[in-house]
Amino acid sequence: MATTEPEALSPDFHVGHHWDKADTQFDAGRMGIWIFLVTEILFFGGLFCAFFIFQSWYFDSFVEAHNQLDWRLGGLNTIVLITSSLTMALAVRAAQTNDRKRTIQMLAITIACAAAFLVIKYTEYHHKIEEGLLPGANFTAVGFHSANPKVFFSIYFMMTGIHGLHVVIGMGLIMWILLRAAKGEFSSRYYAPVEGVGLYWHLVDLVWIYLFPLLYLVG
Amino acid sequence: MSRAITAEDASKLPGYGGGQKKNYLNAEKGVVSWLTTVDHKRIGIMYLFSTITMFIIAGCLALTLRLELLHPAQQSHFLTAMQYNQVFTLHGAMMVFLFIIPGIPGGLFNFILPLMIGAKDVAFPKLNLMSLYLYWIGAAFTISAILTTGLDTGWTFYVPYSSTVSPTAVIAVTFGVFILGFSSILTGLNFIVTIHKLRAPGITFYRLPLVLWSTYATSLIQVLATPVLAITLLLLIFERAFHIGIFDPRLGGDPVLYQHFFWFYSHPAVYIMILPGMGIISDLIAVHCHRRIFGYKAIAFSSVAIAMVGFLVWGHHMFTSGQSRLAATIFSFITFIVAVPSGIKVFNWTSTMWGGSISFRTPMLYAMSFLFLFTIGGLTGLFLGMLGLDLHMQDTYFVVAHFHYVMVGGTVIAFVGGMHHWWPKITGRLYNEKIGSLACIIVFVGFNMTFFTQFFLGSRGMPRRYYTYLDQFQPLHAFSTYGALVLGFGLFLALGNLLASLRAGGERAPKNPWGGLTLEWEAESPPITENFKRTPVVTHGPYDFPSTGPAHH
Repeated sequence: MATTEPEALSPDFHVGHHWDKADTQFDAGRMGIWIFLVTEILFFGGLFCAFFIFQSWYFDSFVEAHNQLDWRLGGLNTIVLITSSLTMALAVRAAQTNDRKRTIQMLAITIACAAAFLVIKYTEYHHKIEEGLLPGANFTAVGFHSANPKVFFSIYFMMTGIHGLHVVIGMGLIMWILLRAAKGEFSSRYYAPVEGVGLYWHLVDLVWIYLFPLLYLVG
Repeated sequence: MSRAITAEDASKLPGYGGGQKKNYLNAEKGVVSWLTTVDHKRIGIMYLFSTITMFIIAGCLALTLRLELLHPAQQSHFLTAMQYNQVFTLHGAMMVFLFIIPGIPGGLFNFILPLMIGAKDVAFPKLNLMSLYLYWIGAAFTISAILTTGLDTGWTFYVPYSSTVSPTAVIAVTFGVFILGFSSILTGLNFIVTIHKLRAPGITFYRLPLVLWSTYATSLIQVLATPVLAITLLLLIFERAFHIGIFDPRLGGDPVLYQHFFWFYSHPAVYIMILPGMGIISDLIAVHCHRRIFGYKAIAFSSVAIAMVGFLVWGHHMFTSGQSRLAATIFSFITFIVAVPSGIKVFNWTSTMWGGSISFRTPMLYAMSFLFLFTIGGLTGLFLGMLGLDLHMQDTYFVVAHFHYVMVGGTVIAFVGGMHHWWPKITGRLYNEKIGSLACIIVFVGFNMTFFTQFFLGSRGMPRRYYTYLDQFQPLHAFSTYGALVLGFGLFLALGNLLASLRAGGERAPKNPWGGLTLEWEAESPPITENFKRTPVVTHGPYDFPSTGPAHH
């Protein structure tokens, strides 16, 4: 799809009617993304806060319950996501240097990594659900010695579930800029959407960097 | 009296002649043109229409409550206890989430913000429209509760009642509020970036009208606090649907954690509600006293200070719900600190009036009502911030009265005053000044009748949210109910007066009916779609009225 030549676009086709200069619009967009990322951190912040409170309350239970998680799969997923962050950064770089083919390649690899992450996550979830560790009507965890093992799994599923949702949304966004890149919309003059989605993707990655040690390793 | 210097200059520009002028209202026609618009003025109008509709519905629910409380005797009840719980819950939830939080930022500020900084639109016009759509979707979820099983948890959705006991539509409403939160975040994000990036040449931060400083402070809170509410409500929904045991004590969860999370948002949120009102009042007082505002920087930074300190006081909602004594003491102390920037504002507004040439027009009457009512609301807040007193006052009508003095006496009064002030700009029509002033006086009297009475009720031990009460409280309750009817009548009169100006022969408004110096008064009334023919250049402060100081007479 990278072979079709872009139709002639006016160099300022992306500048909104209310902006005097493309530069100001670019700055505003970047500022908007950063503020949005702050809201994301506060959103996850509530869950992290709950994690730490219950970890201090039910420390033994958290230690016992976290042994049910497979740190190898979690570690593999960490590597997958870090790789995807690298390819995302390379995609932004390629867009800035007018390398359309490479932009598309890198975005495609990023999407593939995100999909791999979800497949691995699905395997983990499937295993946990079969063991009756999904909080809810079917929570049948047996063999726990400490009280309230359910709380750990509730937090685990909430945190990783919401993070997984962000991964899915990220895949959609990356697909969207991949299609726009294929149309030749991005250049060294205009790459704001690539950078914006990139920043979002790095945040999704960063959240996982914290989730992995907290849930899988701390014990 | 009026010093419309800039407006006269601007009106000499070519293309501003009489006849049917093009403006943002008649530029395009049809419902679709409204629903797909990215014009901040049209979005603001749709926000105003939606939020005022919600205000009327929630206000009628309040009147229903007051009528139910007219008499405690068994035969005089026309609601069951369950229905009563549902009515007060929906009154609170709709007022807070569907009217007060989105009303002034989404409606009024959306309209005036780009005009005041000489911009053509907000930074992200499509996000602005998306915010309105999210508001509608969230409102639909909330209203669906009225039409189905109602909601009886109170607007705070406290667990474990909301998560395990309540038979009502908790999930629908909290999911609606979750969506409304996104709408609020998008508005706040948009305004912050707009104020940073779209100011016309010459508008430094210290030349911003004060209303925009408070818009900025409000937006900061919307962006920083709302995500925490989002995760809280999401956890609540999962708790209710799947019993995940985060908040339910039977499953190892902690209901006090819910209260911490909830008030970490909802206390800053009361500053989302009051800061816009404070901003409006700053502009109203300066313009209608024709005087440079006293202590510009003090008012500006006190808004930001309120926004910041407001994040550190949430614990004062939980003095009686199992908090350590040390934490309670600290929260009580920080609560007192909030009174400092609020007091700075009130003193500066009063000083501005001193020696000004005051025009007692309707907006100014509302501004003066605000000063009176907000001061009472703020000071009674200090009573409740005291640990010893709060043990007795917690969950009484004293709290109800305090809250309504700030939210109605403060925010709603400021909102109605602001609507009168900017009505000529929004619609291009002048309302009837006499009826407008009369309505303001009726609102002021009715409001005090309703809620001052409740300070007495509360301090004598009348608990809030009770369906019935001891006979000894009956006279005060009846007085409060009559006051509510007067208040309702006054508000309807104000609204009717504004709407009556839209009739075919309504009086046309000039560009600058009040002699204001900020940029919105240089635009046409109503403005053209692009706001200004060319980007204005500003060479003076927002309140540099020619003659200032007490020697003016």
